[in-house]
Amino acid sequence: MKNTLKLIAAGLIVLVLSSFTMFDGYKIGDVAEDFSLKNIDGKMVSMAHFKDAKGFIITFTCNTCPYAVMYEDRINALNKKYAPLGYPVIAIMPNNIVIKPGDALPEMKKRAQEKGFTFPYLIDENQDVFPKYGATKTPHMFVLEKTDKGNVVRYIGAIDDNYKDASAVTTKYVENAVDALLEGHEVPEKETKAIGCTIKV
Amino acid sequence: MKLNVLIVVILLMAGCQNKKKFVEVIDESSQLVINDSQVKNDIELEVYDFEGFKTFLNKKDNTVYVINFWATWCAPCVKELPYFETLDKAYRDQDVKVILVSLDFPHLYDKKLKPFIEKNKLTSKVIALDDVDMNHWIPQVDKNWSGSIPATIIYKNDNRKFYEDSFTYEELEVELKHFLN
Repeated sequence: MKNTLKLIAAGLIVLVLSSFTMFDGYKIGDVAEDFSLKNIDGKMVSMAHFKDAKGFIITFTCNTCPYAVMYEDRINALNKKYAPLGYPVIAIMPNNIVIKPGDALPEMKKRAQEKGFTFPYLIDENQDVFPKYGATKTPHMFVLEKTDKGNVVRYIGAIDDNYKDASAVTTKYVENAVDALLEGHEVPEKETKAIGCTIKV
Repeated sequence: MKLNVLIVVILLMAGCQNKKKFVEVIDESSQLVINDSQVKNDIELEVYDFEGFKTFLNKKDNTVYVINFWATWCAPCVKELPYFETLDKAYRDQDVKVILVSLDFPHLYDKKLKPFIEKNKLTSKVIALDDVDMNHWIPQVDKNWSGSIPATIIYKNDNRKFYEDSFTYEELEVELKHFLN
């Protein structure tokens, strides 16, 4: 009887702890699960499709958040610079489109065409990918490194330190992270914070 | 020429202190230039960088401060704003002060923020925080803040609580009451 109680208690503790980790999302050093999400061209995209990639620059972004919009050109530039080096950008739109109709797939497609996105722009239709990452806002960046263990989270946070003016940026957090990984060094600044729009659920 | 006439008309209206009408004119005309020059004269917006803003987070005068981070572009923020307004009015005489900290983009202060304040007749104190080095200041507001808004701090002297969440009026009142008496 006592043992059963102990077991139940232990089970409960595990449950509580695991629910906490799920809520918090990935930490630096965690292996990120692959996903299969619909791209604006209707095809499903997974990280596993990128056979030659050394890692990924994942961005949770959308059409309707002004911060996300301010970073569109910079995200495009990131892909142009780092996809050839093995770190392609994958953008994921996490919002509930009932609340934000401007983020629906046809709208995403339109925006991608207008801005000439060179990277996949995926929709998290079931809204079950962004919670695993622990993304809370748009834009929210995750740099992953492909290893034998899987895709390891190496950086979480902002793109750079000046949302207003790309030319006035002093620290390019994402570029510094990817550069370090490409050179086999440790990422200098692993987590940063920035204001963003709450992901709409 | 037409524009000049319009400006004169609006100036006259402003002179008559007919504020309500004045806002409507701006909205309908959507003449941004007029909008800019007019509203600027009407509302004085306090704008701070984080160093300047910090004092609002660290007052020790036995007042309960309810500090809400918001922006006109943030729908859930705008939705809960009336609750903060009601709270400010209801508890003003109990040493409670609401401060609405706008994170609107500086180039839209005149076009969006000031007309919003005026149109909605916000009576709580509104200030603007303009500091691009977010990674520097967000953790100083609260170490657990991811940076999404709305976000709110309630504090009295050294006792404080941070919320990265939306509120209903009832929820907000319950949280406030922990800090009263």
